[in-house]
Amino acid sequence: MPAIALDHVSKVYRRHGHRRQFATLKSALLTGSLVRHLRPDESFSALRDVSVSVPKGACFGVIGRNGSGKSTLLKLVAGITRPTSGVVRVNGRISALIELGAGFHPEISGRENVFINGIMLGLSRHEISARFDEIVEFAELEEFIDAPVKTYSSGMYMRLGFAVAVNVDPDVLLVDEVLAVGDEGFSLKCLDKFAEFKRRGKTILLVTHSLSMVERFCDGAVWLDAGENQFIGDPKRVVQRYLTDVEQAEDELLASQDAKVQHTPVIAAQPGSALANGAAPADPEALSDAAADMFAAKEGRWGSGAVRIQQVTLEGPGGPAHVFHTGDPMTIRMRISAAEPVDDFAFGVSIFTPDGICCYGTNTDLEEMRSKSLQGDGEVVFAIKRLELVQGTYKLDVAVHKRDGFSYDYHRLLYTFRVKSRTMDAGIYRPGHVWRFTDNVQFKEPDDRPDD
Amino acid sequence: MLSNLRQLFRHRALIQVLVARELKARYRGSVLGFFWSFVNPLLLLLVYTIVFTYIMPRGQLLGNGDDLEHYAVFLFCGLLPWTWFTSSLSDGANVLILNGNLIKKVLFPAEVLPVVSVLSNMVHFLFGLPILFAFLVVYSIQPGLTGLLWFPVVLFVQLILSLGLAMILAALTVHFRDIKDLLANLLTLWFFATPIIYPMALIEGRGPSFMGLPPLGKVLMNLNPFTHLAISYQEILYHDGPFGHWRWLLALGVGSVATFLLGYWLFDRLRDSFAEEV
Repeated sequence: MPAIALDHVSKVYRRHGHRRQFATLKSALLTGSLVRHLRPDESFSALRDVSVSVPKGACFGVIGRNGSGKSTLLKLVAGITRPTSGVVRVNGRISALIELGAGFHPEISGRENVFINGIMLGLSRHEISARFDEIVEFAELEEFIDAPVKTYSSGMYMRLGFAVAVNVDPDVLLVDEVLAVGDEGFSLKCLDKFAEFKRRGKTILLVTHSLSMVERFCDGAVWLDAGENQFIGDPKRVVQRYLTDVEQAEDELLASQDAKVQHTPVIAAQPGSALANGAAPADPEALSDAAADMFAAKEGRWGSGAVRIQQVTLEGPGGPAHVFHTGDPMTIRMRISAAEPVDDFAFGVSIFTPDGICCYGTNTDLEEMRSKSLQGDGEVVFAIKRLELVQGTYKLDVAVHKRDGFSYDYHRLLYTFRVKSRTMDAGIYRPGHVWRFTDNVQFKEPDDRPDD
Repeated sequence: MLSNLRQLFRHRALIQVLVARELKARYRGSVLGFFWSFVNPLLLLLVYTIVFTYIMPRGQLLGNGDDLEHYAVFLFCGLLPWTWFTSSLSDGANVLILNGNLIKKVLFPAEVLPVVSVLSNMVHFLFGLPILFAFLVVYSIQPGLTGLLWFPVVLFVQLILSLGLAMILAALTVHFRDIKDLLANLLTLWFFATPIIYPMALIEGRGPSFMGLPPLGKVLMNLNPFTHLAISYQEILYHDGPFGHWRWLLALGVGSVATFLLGYWLFDRLRDSFAEEV
């Protein structure tokens, strides 16, 4: 018998903002359902036909974007709300870590709140007395247990809530993203507690955004998307599928942003701004000066327009892309055109972090290519063999200007791309590297998790 | 009714700690602390006594021969249970919304909340009783012994009626927040429409009478459930002679049970909506 079984479960909520409270009330009174009589535009499906079965003793992860129905699923399992259709079955005592310390009364002491909270969660007074010391010790609140809860820091509050909830000794533990709050030490303690639960054959349902936790900790997982069961099964594969989808979505989002930029190619006509920003005095380091100015620099586009960058495309190993993995090749492709012949020109490219640090900047002039002639339509390609950046979002400048810095067409911070990496290394630049050790330095076999 | 009560009985430990929490939390941090349970009704009594003795002398107000010899005691007999009733209802109307966290985030038997509102106010009422009895002693009023036997019955009827109404209000307020504001004014009107600050005799002769019925004033007064509670308290504690109002009281008892059943049914019906609408 599974510990948790959801059988074709759907949950429909009423959309707020419609002045139909009487209708809702009436339908609730007459049919016992809040939503049966609502028109489709007045309701909202939080879960659609989801079936999940969690065997006893398993740890099961639920992942998905915000608003995908994860918390609704948890509330259904907890029995806080009932499904609109379908059946939810849970075997055993449930404890839900949905909001820690929900129901603490601020004015009364931690001690009294432990008792009240414990009774709310289904313990008897006697059981709480027996576990009281353990709870206080786990929460690390020995000194403050008799102080009113309103004087607690949010961390203390949370620890106490967690300590009570896990000491209910549930058969099924529901966890909703509670580890996101709390300091490192306490998070580890919580993880230990979960591990202990697992060892003791308890069932855990874990809603989280921490994919690594799902991979490390769970025996199964489901990915919900817009209330639908997208993929269910082995956690590593579920996470992988989810990540791929997230990348695709990001890619689409960035592409649509780029499209917006390229559909409004207004070149700033004010010569003042062009002069101030682009046409620095005849200085070979105009570009790096401009880069130093980047903190103040706002994204935008300016220049005289004698040469125009018509389109900028980022390409990864598999064609146009906005999401790259560390080490991927990346190609920046610019379509340019010059109505009149030009003989003084330079092409430049720089990469920035969102907070304005220049990761790299160069132009053809700095690389000692002396311009000769340019007319009509053409293409400029800047090819990066290996993108050695750590995970993060990056912004791109592309420009064509005179060798003294006078802008023809300057696109500042208009293009965004994201770099993904499974390694959580720090900094900006990841030099290609290997580690070497003498034989007496040994490591365990690496996890069989998918590599980047 | 029995199954409903059994349901509540199952949660008795929870109800008990929540009532205790309510009482503890209410006066935490104040200088007089728990004494406020005693001081509050005294002060309230003082206010009304001043108003109806000096500002609006009740001789004018009551007109027809003021036979209320110890007005303060008479007032107290109705005022104390009314305070219980009115705070139960106004707390009950808010209680689900105030405890939205519990309803949305914890598996929590919601019906416990309005019950806690009524019971914690009942405890305040019980704390007020010694003061009331002290007044009776001071003014050497001796309630009849058979009347006193009825006292728990009155209390029980009021309890059941309050529970029913509190549940209805709690459930409906989730859907219509307007009830909160409406209720405050309605309760004020209700107070003045109940023979608490004046005796029933003042009103019962007033108004035209239709189709052989008693005068309208009396009919309306009799339709007001709290009239019978107030008169019962007054007859038992204040007036001499046997308790004559028991038929009305028992009828109200039946009505209260019906109200309670209706309240529980309504609450149960709307229960699923609480987590979503709170």
